[in-house]
Amino acid sequence: MNGDDARLDGNAAAGILSEVFVPDLTAARATCANCGAIRAMGALLVYATGMGTVMRCPDCAAVVLRIARTPTQLWLDLTGARLVVMAGAAAPSVT
Amino acid sequence: MSPASGGTRIAWRLATVTDVVRETPRARTLILDVPGWPGHRAGQHVDVRLTAEDGYQAQRSYSIASAPEDARITLTVDRLEDGEVSPYLTDVLRVRDRLELRGPIGGYFVWDVALGGPLLLVAGGSGVVPLMAMLRHRAAALGTADVRARHGTPARLLYSSRQWDDVFYREELARLAQDDETLEVELTFTREPPRGWTGLRRRIDRMMLAEVAWPPGERPQVFVCGPTPLVEAVAAALVELGHDPALVKTERFGPTGGSA
Repeated sequence: MNGDDARLDGNAAAGILSEVFVPDLTAARATCANCGAIRAMGALLVYATGMGTVMRCPDCAAVVLRIARTPTQLWLDLTGARLVVMAGAAAPSVT
Repeated sequence: MSPASGGTRIAWRLATVTDVVRETPRARTLILDVPGWPGHRAGQHVDVRLTAEDGYQAQRSYSIASAPEDARITLTVDRLEDGEVSPYLTDVLRVRDRLELRGPIGGYFVWDVALGGPLLLVAGGSGVVPLMAMLRHRAAALGTADVRARHGTPARLLYSSRQWDDVFYREELARLAQDDETLEVELTFTREPPRGWTGLRRRIDRMMLAEVAWPPGERPQVFVCGPTPLVEAVAAALVELGHDPALVKTERFGPTGGSA
């Protein structure tokens, strides 16, 4: 299996992301911290291995998000996303 | 708010197999009863988790084949010869067996009639599964609508298989297309077309897409699902033809059995 064949879409990361985020993150729009492209996270490129999941910008290939599970912890690196906007995520009421 | 985008975390649930249907020599459709299922949108998937007696776990994603309107959740699983999960699902699992799954997952690769059309679906192999959910949903939602509503949301499916025996949902696709003048189904065969076949018989390429797809000016919503090389070739060709990349949604699955 070569690297190109292992490339998936952001959809493939939706399950593990749902362990951290309640709103669906694949429908959210992320701004790449490297090139500034704004994409639905479902449209990012995903490289998933036993080591973890890496999401890359389809425009410049920079890493936008990394998420990995150890036996006892979940690691999340979002430094590659300058901004994540979740449309339709209901705001909690503050009354 | 749509299912799975609401305010609750996606839970692991225990599903019960109520039937197993042979789809092709390698593929089975699992019909599941999932207590507490919150509903789904066409195009979403589930994660299936198997646990061995020693505690080893393997997890894979499978697209939901059923429409949101269907009473039961169905998954169609293609057996990968060296797969860790799919051979168990297609060959070992029996009626009344239970299965751990979580879902519905993913709010990006989804379509419902409210999003409108035209709807262009391009599938390679088992990539047809989430697109079938869209066609089933479209038929269920527009079946009782007037002709004008159907004409406002026309759909085309371009579906590539190696050979006739590999085509999922053959009879149902033929029936859906026969009953609905606004749905066109085009099959293409890359290895061995059936005897007497006069239709398409090559990999999906730019020329084929130019013939089957609507002109870019009609702004069809496009969903492409299949093996990574097919998906990337189709998406690139559609953009070359002038389709807006934002309207071309893809779901790649790799040889390790990602989605679908």
